[in-house]
Amino acid sequence: MSTTERLSDEERRLLLALQDGLPLTPRPYEAVAKRIESTEERVLSLLASLLERGIVKRLGAVINHRTLGITANAMAVWDVPDAVVSDLGHRLAAYVEVTHCYRRSRGPEWPYNLYAMVHARSREEALATIARIAEELGLAGYPHDALFSVRQFAKRGARVKNHPPE
Amino acid sequence: MPDLDRVDRLLLNYLQGGFPLASRPYLEVGERLGIAEEEVIARVQRLLESGALNRFGPVLSTAALGGARALAAMQVPPDRLDKVARLVSSFPAVSHNYERTHRFNLWFVVSSEDPQEVRHILSAVEQQTGLTVMELPAIEEYGVEVKFHFNVND
Repeated sequence: MSTTERLSDEERRLLLALQDGLPLTPRPYEAVAKRIESTEERVLSLLASLLERGIVKRLGAVINHRTLGITANAMAVWDVPDAVVSDLGHRLAAYVEVTHCYRRSRGPEWPYNLYAMVHARSREEALATIARIAEELGLAGYPHDALFSVRQFAKRGARVKNHPPE
Repeated sequence: MPDLDRVDRLLLNYLQGGFPLASRPYLEVGERLGIAEEEVIARVQRLLESGALNRFGPVLSTAALGGARALAAMQVPPDRLDKVARLVSSFPAVSHNYERTHRFNLWFVVSSEDPQEVRHILSAVEQQTGLTVMELPAIEEYGVEVKFHFNVND
């Protein structure tokens, strides 16, 4: 499917105008409308449609959990049989401590196929959480590792391009 | 770590959900939390400046845009890590890039509306570093709501 169908030119202009965030003025949608020579009403209806179609997942605050003391970020990985990975993934994702959960292809020197990101205030707390969840879900017998982030070199949101892709 | 008072924490809990699509959204948020419109705006501004918030605005879905997202890992010799990490981060389509505690010590996510750009970046990193980039394509994503809860009881 061509990506040009997914976003109208008008929507692209709006998302580009919002790339650095919502204006901090009493009427932010009107302020954005002015930048793209549109109206507040039109901007509100475009955003409602983008939210409904899932192109805008949500509108609001993106928390920087590191500066809030949630400094330990563990990528917990397991090698589980393909037959049970889906069920385990859904159950893992239901834990509030898990912020992302994926099944991925295994790599050449990488046996793991189930991933869960766990955030906590310390590595000890993260490891204890992972151990508790693994115990509860019967994951404890499978090959497992937990990779902590040491340094963050980049963290930004997804962006739209200035022009639709070819 | 920035100092957050009770109202900041209330705001952070509240603003992770749906920000109102209304003419005076900050006024609506303020009415809900019992603070003035100008105070909501000033506090959001402060939370952005102090780094408690990364951004305040729309969060886009690459998948819904028809794009691609790839997780990749590399084994980088420790003495080259800074340089390789800087190179990886220099591509604007790299949304996340972390050093991690493993033999595979550099992990990054490339995400673009244009799937070809993702391929291009993965091979450019290989070419420019002479190192192998292991791509780990997602087969299934299990629904998670990324939301942090701040205690407002004290």
